[in-house]
This record gives sequence, C-alpha cells and structure tokens, in this order.
Amino acid sequence: MMNTTIEGRAKSEHGVGADMALLKERALKVREHIIRMSQGGGCFIGASLSCVELMVYLYGEVIRRDPAQPQSPDRDYLFLSKGHDVPALYGTLVEMGLLPPERLSNHLSTSDSIYWHPNRNIPGVEFHSGSLGHLPAVAAGVALDCKLKGASNRVVVITGDGELNEGSVWETILVANAYGLDNLTIVVDRNQFQANIRTEELVPLEPLADKFAAFGCEVRRVNGHSFEQLEAAFGEMTIGGGPWDGNGGGWQDTNGGGHHGGVGDGGTLYGGGRGKVKVVIADTVRGKGLPSIEARADRWFCSFSAREVEQLLEELHGNKKAKIESETLVVR
Amino acid sequence: MTYEELLTDMALKDERMVVMTAENRALVRNMPQTLGRRFIDTGITEQTMVGMAAGLALRGRIPVIHALAPFLTMRAFEFIRTDVGIANLPVKLSGFIPGFLSDGNGPTHQAIEDVSILRGIPGMEVYAPADEDDLVKMAPAAWTSQAPAYLRINHKKGNYEHAPYEPGKAEVIAEGTDVMLLVYGFLFENAMAARELLTMQGLSAGLVNMRSLKPVDEEAIVRAAGRSGLIVTIEDHFKTGGLYSIVAEILLQRRLTADVLPLSLGERWFKAGVLSEVLAEAGFTPEKMTQTILTHLKK
Repeated sequence: MMNTTIEGRAKSEHGVGADMALLKERALKVREHIIRMSQGGGCFIGASLSCVELMVYLYGEVIRRDPAQPQSPDRDYLFLSKGHDVPALYGTLVEMGLLPPERLSNHLSTSDSIYWHPNRNIPGVEFHSGSLGHLPAVAAGVALDCKLKGASNRVVVITGDGELNEGSVWETILVANAYGLDNLTIVVDRNQFQANIRTEELVPLEPLADKFAAFGCEVRRVNGHSFEQLEAAFGEMTIGGGPWDGNGGGWQDTNGGGHHGGVGDGGTLYGGGRGKVKVVIADTVRGKGLPSIEARADRWFCSFSAREVEQLLEELHGNKKAKIESETLVVR
Repeated sequence: MTYEELLTDMALKDERMVVMTAENRALVRNMPQTLGRRFIDTGITEQTMVGMAAGLALRGRIPVIHALAPFLTMRAFEFIRTDVGIANLPVKLSGFIPGFLSDGNGPTHQAIEDVSILRGIPGMEVYAPADEDDLVKMAPAAWTSQAPAYLRINHKKGNYEHAPYEPGKAEVIAEGTDVMLLVYGFLFENAMAARELLTMQGLSAGLVNMRSLKPVDEEAIVRAAGRSGLIVTIEDHFKTGGLYSIVAEILLQRRLTADVLPLSLGERWFKAGVLSEVLAEAGFTPEKMTQTILTHLKK
C-alpha cells in the first residue's frame, strides 16, 4: 500500500532511525509559532507547549501521507481530541510544509479558520474537536473501517489527561478492544493539569497505566519530550495493527464469539497482543520550554503583549527570563 | 415488507452501508447473519456508537444506527450535533419506541422532545412515519440522501396503504374546510378515526400525514391555513419545538395567521401503562381528541 515517496516513517517498519537533530530543530520552531500565537487574543499556550514533541514526532515519523494525494484513503490518520492544543498542530503543519506560514498571522481572524480549536478547513486536520472525549470514538470508527477493508492504516488520537475524566473515552476503549482495534493508538499528553487545577488534586488519574491495562490496552509510558523515548516506544509497536481475525463481541452470533484482545490473552498485563488498542502515556510539562510559565496552574490560557512575546522568544532560546506582567487565570 | 427486510436488501446492494446498534436489536435481529461484519453492536454505548458512526462516515460509509429513541437522541445528543451535525455526515439515526410507543416504561424512556432537538441541528432531516408501511416507503429516501437523518421509528403495522413517498411532501389523506388535522407518526391511526368521528358530526374534516418534519411540506401547512377554519396539530411530543411550533414558524414567516389547536403533551411526561390506557389518560383516543376539537370549535 505505502511506498517510499510517502512522508513519515517508523523505525519499526523501515529500520531507519529518526533524524533527532532535525526533529529538535523543528520542535523549537513550532514553539516559536506557538509563542507568537499567544498575542492578539491569546491561545492555550500551556497545553500546546506540552505536546510539541508529540506532534512533531507523530507527523514526522509515524503518520504516512502521500503529499501528492493528501486525502488518499490509504493515508494514516492523526486526530487531536483535546483540541485546544491546536497551536502546536498549526506550527507543526507549517514546519512540515502542509500549511502556508502566512496563515498563522490570521490567528483569530474570521477571514481564516485558524482559531482555538481544530477544524477541517486546515489541511492536515482530519476532524474538528474542542468538546472533550469525542475523537477516540471517531478515530475508532475510522480504525474499524480500515479493519473491515483489510487495510493497515495507522489511526492515532492525541488526548489530554484532564480529558480522561470524560466517560466516553473509557466507553470507547471498551468497544475498541471488543472489536480488536489494534490499529488504534491513543497518545495521552500527560501534562498533569486540567485547565487550572492539577489532575491529581481534583480527580486523580494515577495509576493511569494500570487503568488502561485493566481496560485491555497495550500500554507504554515515556517522557513525552524525549524523541529518543518516543522513537523507542513507537518502534516497538505494530501501530498499523496486526492481522485481524474479525472477531469481537458484536459478531459472536456469526462466528462463535471470542476475541484476542482481552487482558491475559496477550501475555503480561502491559504487554502486546493481537487485538489490543495501544496507549502511549507521554509524561510532559505544561508550558514546556518557557520556565516562566512551566507547570503553573495560572498559565493555562495566555494572552501576552507584543513585548512579552519578544521576551518569551528570548527565553525559549535560553537567554534572559521574560518579565511577565499580563493577567493570569486563577480558579483557586 | 418489514424495516429489517428493507434494510437488509439495501445494505446487501450497497457496500457503503453498515448497520450499528447500541445493543438494541429489536429492528435488526437477523442482520448479524445477513450482513456479517457490517453489523456492529457496540453494546450500551450510545455516545461511542454515534462517534464511531461519524468515523465510519468519514471513510465513506453510510451507517444506519439503532438505539431506543430517548437514549439515541439525548444521551448521545452532543455527539450527534458535534460529530455528525457539524461535519454534515450521512449518519442515519433510527430511534426505536419514540413517543407513546414507550408505553409502560415511564418518563426515562419517553422521547417526546426528539423532534424539537433533532430538527434544531443544521442539515439534519427528520422523518416520522405513521406505521410500518409508511416507514418502508420513506426509509429509502432517508438512507439515500446525503444528509444526516433521524427516523422516528414506528414499526407497527397499520391498516392504511400509503402513497409512494415524495421527498419533503406530506400525504394528504382528505381535504376539509372546517377542520384540518395535521399529524405525524404513531397517532396517525387515531387521527384517521377522529376525522371520521368529526365527519359524522357533520363537519368537513381533513387529514394530512406530515411524514417528513424536516424538510417539512410548507405548502401543505399554508394550504390548510387558507382553506380550513381550524388547524389541529396532533403529536405525542411536548408542545415546544414539535409540529405546533413548526406550523407557528411557517405561518409567521408567511405573515399568515390561523386558528391552531395543539393536541400535544404540553409540558408533561405521560402516565406510563398499557398503550390503550396511556392514550386514554393522555387524551389521545379518537373520542377524546374529537371531544377536545368540538369543545374548541364551540368557543
């Protein structure tokens, strides 16, 4: 199905290591784009900075698209479920050459569609989001169709960690594992915050890996800012899914039931196995790259002045720390 | 022909169609055998089913999805609105036992605001067949349209042979100059009987089976307002947002006015029980509806 002209490759498939220097350079540029988008109306800067490496890695190394046929049904799919991290996506799309850089200056202009949540007027965006807990289900529908057609597309969905409060996420995991959707990978941007509160101080999620494993998933946990660790995690997985036996809860009437996705079928609790949804928990830092706002509860949504943006760009490059005077958002 | 036979025939001829259910197989019992893997039961997960249907539709599928009407339209409402509606995907929703058809279940199971909330979604079509014959005549239009659609299912056998369905057109059963009854769905049969009772009282009484509530047959409503002394809207639905509201919207838009009597559930859930008792208690037997109409005419 795929050929060498298609952008993006995974170590597991081609045995070629990612160009780490290139990825790091790209991540730095994406952070610059995000910081520039935090003025003139602002953006969800904290949650965008936490998933920069995830976006850059997934678009660069995992998601395969034929640039000549970006809408080909053979493409891989990346869904952003948390949505408000979209500045990281805009920046990544620009750096991948999929979005003209000048469109970023239209941020929050009604003449374009570059706003606080993703939408399909942006090339490379598969589906709109913003309401939490939706895209795991939409992605599962895409993954199911790929399985029905015997195709090995990769379907990846990025969720937030606060988003895991939504019951629909867990509902979908139950169903996806019942149908053996091992071509579906959920990547959790575990930046420890939901809006202005630490997850563990509101609705604790840990032990998170155990929860996914108990729901029948194949789970890995990595430093989400380390391309090396992302490479190792994705390199180990058959993220396009293995051969599908087509069994699942809903089909028991036709073929006797039973599937291979349950805990215990695939060896260890956390281990791989036919039919299991993959989960990568990426431990990240909200606001990563800007010590002035890193891991701060009150720096979730920021609307900075032009002067602050200039200083934050300096700070990003390891120079003098910015002096931030603009309003903070505090809930408690 | 039954709903299931029709769906099976159409799905076997069109690979794009998939049939889903949130573990409500009443309408599609034999389809696991006939459709194989294109029959997908997600368990009791209306939200996930709707989200997955959107994903399948993104890949070119036409999912026809099933659940009890209240849970499909309300538990999963935001998924319908946000994933199906915003993207305008051809997901076809079949809501089972809407309105009075939930008989003994009680208010948790009463879909009596479904027309109101579903028609509020831009691009969503809303169909309300009178009986099984009407259902199988309308369903192909709902399933072959490019739009998302909600079928307010009535699978009960009726005693009337309906005209072929014409998209967006109501079915005029009889014209009437004194009273025009506008009805949709399950109450069609009782409205027929009420029309006969009104006729026996010496009134010129007409009846229109609305069939599709969105798009709605505006001309049928405007014609009724022009020709009949009284329009009666009959629905097993709250007063808000259903047929009475639709008639009001159209008349206002056309700068028309008319005497319109709403026979609806007003603002109350109906008393649960055996269907015949439910209808009597709520005032929807032919006799009770006739009485209400005659009383209104005497005012």
